[in-house]
Amino acid sequence: MISFLQEPWPWYIAGPILGLAVPALFIIGNKPFGISSSLKHICAACIPSKVPFFSYDWKKESWNLFFVAGIVTGGWIASAFLGGNDAVAISSGAAQTLQNAGITDYSALLPADIFSADQLFTWRGFIFFVLGGFLVGFGTRYANGCTSGHSITGLATLQWPSLVATCCFMAGGLVTTWFILPYLLKL
Amino acid sequence: MRNVKYLLAGLLFGVVLVKSQVVSWFRIQEMFRFESFHMYGIIGSAVITGMIGVWLIKKFKIRTINGENIVIPKKEFDWGIVYGGLIFGCGWAITGACPGPLFALIGVGYPVIILTLLSAVFGVWIYGRWRDKLPH
Repeated sequence: MISFLQEPWPWYIAGPILGLAVPALFIIGNKPFGISSSLKHICAACIPSKVPFFSYDWKKESWNLFFVAGIVTGGWIASAFLGGNDAVAISSGAAQTLQNAGITDYSALLPADIFSADQLFTWRGFIFFVLGGFLVGFGTRYANGCTSGHSITGLATLQWPSLVATCCFMAGGLVTTWFILPYLLKL
Repeated sequence: MRNVKYLLAGLLFGVVLVKSQVVSWFRIQEMFRFESFHMYGIIGSAVITGMIGVWLIKKFKIRTINGENIVIPKKEFDWGIVYGGLIFGCGWAITGACPGPLFALIGVGYPVIILTLLSAVFGVWIYGRWRDKLPH
């Protein structure tokens, strides 16, 4: 049993468990599943300002902060006890492309060529940590949801704006991956 | 104490995000390069499972554990979904992470991702501050 858990989990096990978050959160507390709202609540709780967008009682939405605290803990458990940070067996095609782009480290979830502290004060670090993070936060709030709120909850509840959102997530990601990332990886 | 159930739900969610490698920059690269079915299988089966769950809730008028009627909030369309969606997609391809995986990766032990998360929070703040000036 434990050795089975140590292996990477296949999509047909992981996907349904992730999808169960939608009905589970409705049933345990009438909450629509979504993660990016937590970033908004962190702003409302931690950055004092009179901005109307952040002037609401974030404590009423604190369930979301408990949920993401759970995700952090879950990440730790998965890597500390279940081999969660082992090498990722990516397809040979993707590996070849990334090798050509100069990625050399394939030993863990993220390549150390990019996501390590040595890159902190480089252009590469600035683009991948700071700018990338900014786009994730700004974009998800502008779109009023992320992969969880739109692509999982929104699609599961058959809402067409979420389908538009999902198509735009993919379109933005595809253009970036194919036309912009090759240049960014040269930094 | 009433929030502990959300902490536990998040914990399971986080374990699955990591063990299925959804949080891996490599997996997101593969997805956007159409080199693997893995991510499409995960998102697709998650949506179908969620859909069946929601259908059962409606069909059997299931209530919450506190006996409340379940309310499914409506997603309203505005053009922010398109502009914001494209911007987020760009950030997703660069960082290899959407908001959930950012939290999970910090737990896995990538301190630099704390900076990415702070930057995401800053991005949300900038959006909120200048929301009126942005097209929607």
